[in-house]
Amino acid sequence: MASVTSGVTDTAKPKKVLFYRHSVAVRITHWLNVLCLSFLLMSGLQIFNAHPNLYWGQYGADALPDPSFISIGAVEDGNTIKGVTRIGSLSVNTTGVLGASTEDGELSPRAFPAWITIPSYQDLATGRRWHFFFAWFFVINGLVYLLYGLIGRHFRRDIVPTKDQLTPSHLAQEIADHARLRFPKGEKARHYNSLQKLTYMAIIFIILPLMVLTGLTMSPGFNAIFPWLLDVFGGRQSARTLHFISASLIVIFVIVHIVMVLVSGVWNNLRSMITGYYALKFEQKDEVSK
Amino acid sequence: MSFDLTRRRFLIGSSVAATGLLTGCDAMVQSTTVNDILQKAESLTMGAQRLLMSQQTLAREFSEADLSPVFKANGTSQPDSEDYARMTENNFADWKLVVNGKVKTPLNLSLADLKAMPSRTQITRHDCVEGWSAIGKWTGVPLGLVLEKAGLAPGARYAVFHCADDLEPSLDGSGRYYESIDLVDAWHPQTILAYGMNGKDLEVAHGAPLRLRVERQLGYKHAKYVMGIELVESFKNLAGGKGGFWEDRGYEWYAGI
Repeated sequence: MASVTSGVTDTAKPKKVLFYRHSVAVRITHWLNVLCLSFLLMSGLQIFNAHPNLYWGQYGADALPDPSFISIGAVEDGNTIKGVTRIGSLSVNTTGVLGASTEDGELSPRAFPAWITIPSYQDLATGRRWHFFFAWFFVINGLVYLLYGLIGRHFRRDIVPTKDQLTPSHLAQEIADHARLRFPKGEKARHYNSLQKLTYMAIIFIILPLMVLTGLTMSPGFNAIFPWLLDVFGGRQSARTLHFISASLIVIFVIVHIVMVLVSGVWNNLRSMITGYYALKFEQKDEVSK
Repeated sequence: MSFDLTRRRFLIGSSVAATGLLTGCDAMVQSTTVNDILQKAESLTMGAQRLLMSQQTLAREFSEADLSPVFKANGTSQPDSEDYARMTENNFADWKLVVNGKVKTPLNLSLADLKAMPSRTQITRHDCVEGWSAIGKWTGVPLGLVLEKAGLAPGARYAVFHCADDLEPSLDGSGRYYESIDLVDAWHPQTILAYGMNGKDLEVAHGAPLRLRVERQLGYKHAKYVMGIELVESFKNLAGGKGGFWEDRGYEWYAGI
């Protein structure tokens, strides 16, 4: 594969060096996580569709006067329906995607559309069964990863930014490089850059644990076991809202993650997460460090 | 490789792929093997919760200030049988709670009998399986006291609550509401047979004359319009055999999550 070498006029091909980037533990837990998060999202949206309203506080049932502050619903519109997504007092017509979308060829009232829920039709009981199965799977997989990250020094070696990566000038440079989709080459590509590290840290240590804890806070059984969770999140309904918001953040992360994989050398990235080996490309004049 | 992919072809192709994926997903969802595997998570959840909670671990109790302004009535809000209509006419004066099955002494208790027993009042949060919550104040007799009065016979493992309402109209009675809990939850201090709500007699919409409160589980376990309690060894001879109206329709028997 040819790569663009700036400022070099001769035809010398860049030298490719494969190095072992992802351990088997990281690769397996990564792909199991992909599986879990996909099923959790789709079954989670099925569960959300059973009551597509979000509240803040201990209670909330959309029985006046305790209205929701976010809702995705359908309203009658002549002899058809339209989907309306409401945040506070702001309502947006979202027919076709949110509130009302096609199911079996007919426009039906449903918060999230059939193509993104498990099952495609409305079935809360089945959605819950899938959600809790993959929730357990996700938690066990996550614990294996955390344990490996600590004991195998994966966090210290690969995830936590080094001191010089965190200087304002370095961060500013990286932000500018990212904005121009200019990615490190050669030796500099051996380690994650600091924006990558900070994002992974936020996902691994904040968002994903938040997902589990807000999920547990919705369980009446776990509420009895860990009542402090209710105080941390300000109530079961707040926890439900935070669960939805952190799920949205994960979706945004995954979209950005996939875009980054695509634009920064899709085959090299995919190979490294499958076989473990990542290629560093050096200009001939560069020093290759072992 | 190059594809001559027109927009039209692409749209047809992707919608066929999407439909294929959808039906594939739904086929997987309906497979019994898949469901049997997924259902194992229910025992894991129940096992984990039971391991971490003791018999005395209480659900959070709230203050009067935390009460929901309106407590949403869900499921049946007015049983439509003639028997039930007759009972409401004289304020449940002729109503009797039947306690039978695997007990030493079957009981017939009037509302007055229940109110004469020691009572417990608790302000708790009611969580519907759909996702909403409401906070209410409940007064009633601890179920454990009623069961002690009847005395358990050998083989009693579950308390089954038979209700007055048909949530799904049916000719064979399969739409009749019923629920069940095990003895761990039956003797939990917050498991009460509630006859009072928010300082008044329980209203018809909320299950008059008697509703179960089992606070560490979801709303569908909290049977309304309780007419009888039967102690059984298993559910196999009851309706769909899964131990409850919603359980027979695919929901988990253990509703602690």
